[in-house]
Amino acid sequence: MKLSSMQYAIRDALRSMKRNAIMTIASIATVAVSLLILGSAWLLVLNSEHLTGVMESELEINAYLKQDVTREDALNLRRELEAVDGVAEVVFVAKEDGLKGLQERFGEDTSIIDALGESNPLPDMYSIKAGVAENVPKIAEEVATVSQVETVRYGQGMVEKLLALTRWLRTAGVVLVIAIGLAAIFLIATTIRLTVFARRKAIGIMKLVGATNWYIRWPFFLEGMFIGLVGAGMAIFLLHFFYNQLVQNVVLTLNFLPILQEETLIYNVYKYLFFIGTFLGAVGSAISLRRFLKV
Amino acid sequence: MEYDEEGTFSIWIMDTFVHILSSSDSKSMIQMFNVSKTYIGEVKVEALKDINLHIKRGEFIFLVGPSGAGKSTLTRLLIREELPTKGQIMVDDRSLLRMREREIPYYRRKIGFIFQDFRLLMERTIYENVAFAMEAIELPANEIRERVPAVLEMVGLEDKINSYPHQLSGGQQQRVCIARAVVNDPLLIIADEPTGNLDPDNSWEVMNILHAINKRGTTVITATHDREMVNRMKKRVIALCDGCIVRDEERGEY
Repeated sequence: MKLSSMQYAIRDALRSMKRNAIMTIASIATVAVSLLILGSAWLLVLNSEHLTGVMESELEINAYLKQDVTREDALNLRRELEAVDGVAEVVFVAKEDGLKGLQERFGEDTSIIDALGESNPLPDMYSIKAGVAENVPKIAEEVATVSQVETVRYGQGMVEKLLALTRWLRTAGVVLVIAIGLAAIFLIATTIRLTVFARRKAIGIMKLVGATNWYIRWPFFLEGMFIGLVGAGMAIFLLHFFYNQLVQNVVLTLNFLPILQEETLIYNVYKYLFFIGTFLGAVGSAISLRRFLKV
Repeated sequence: MEYDEEGTFSIWIMDTFVHILSSSDSKSMIQMFNVSKTYIGEVKVEALKDINLHIKRGEFIFLVGPSGAGKSTLTRLLIREELPTKGQIMVDDRSLLRMREREIPYYRRKIGFIFQDFRLLMERTIYENVAFAMEAIELPANEIRERVPAVLEMVGLEDKINSYPHQLSGGQQQRVCIARAVVNDPLLIIADEPTGNLDPDNSWEVMNILHAINKRGTTVITATHDREMVNRMKKRVIALCDGCIVRDEERGEY
């Protein structure tokens, strides 16, 4: 296809979009909505995976000691804990240090810490890391039998719940996107069909004077792709705006939540949305051209 | 496609045979050998029955006959919109039966088509309507800029270049249609009732333009009901009736 022919094709596509303005806008909006949902689900999944990863890497067994255990006894316990099978590292966290850590985590929001006044409700604690993640439950069980230990906690259940949530988000997202994606394709196909109908006279003349099939098809393909492209652009714009808002709010108020801010990863999502939008448009046109443009 | 796999060999033999026949006369524009076309719908319609026809380069032909005689079917076969049920068609020494799908557009560039209802694009100017035929076959822009005004001058519409079709009379619109048909310099022009919607004066003007184009060597086939026109022009007349050629006369009458 020559450059000048491409110019004609673009001109014709733009004219058709203007003529069928309402259908064009409806198609663009549908593409935008479907891609917005896809993008949101995608970012949610990425965040959920990120969170799972963070939690897994931080997976450790917290053995809280009884309040009446003296500091000396507590420190002596280290050797006993290190002797447990599969333990890689044992760190003693005194209750004062625990409070300091808490203060750091809440940052400027000191109201909770202030409410405690001078008292420190935290017990002394041993933080135990396992060599291999699978050993965590077994180690936890054994540590719990030590007489000075009050309770043993580890994040295992949390991680499993997160993994389940990620899986669920993924399936729900895919199902939703397929349904709305099909609606988008259908609307684009209808729009293109209207264009084919409006231009049937010109198409007939083109066929008679010997235009190649691709010369005839291009404007319709371009129209579909424009619709997909503009829809994707809108979806990306909205997604970017909302996600930035979300990130800012999370950083300000819930900053212990590790929300994803890695730009390359997020821009990758945008890039794919762009391609998917264009692809939806091309598929919509192709369906309509197959059925209504007998060339 | 009515021919099945087993039929392809006999087609090949026939093609070879036809080619030997036709190559002896390189001045042929159109040759039809035992061409039949049957439409099978709710009722079987034999639109053309065993047509044999030879049209030389540079001829001017009137195709006459009542509605349903097979004139439209004949033109549809010539522009390779449809294939014959039986027989062989050669145009410019090429078999239309052996032509591949993707070759059809390039074949049609050799043919200019003129319609009874003009089929101009209403939202485009006269210039754009003619340029459209050149754009469609992807000719360079400078060639389009040179050729369109020249062709419009030939049909006497150089002062209407920026008008829209609805601002023109029927006769002028038909001249635009002729300009569009000749702008790509075809070997053959097929006109389907070109004067069907025009008064006698405009009909004459249109016919004169077609005649002038024919004088420069382009073969012209005109399907018409215009008895007076045919009788005055004294050209070859092929009369169709019920799918058969019932008359074929040089310098004939309606």
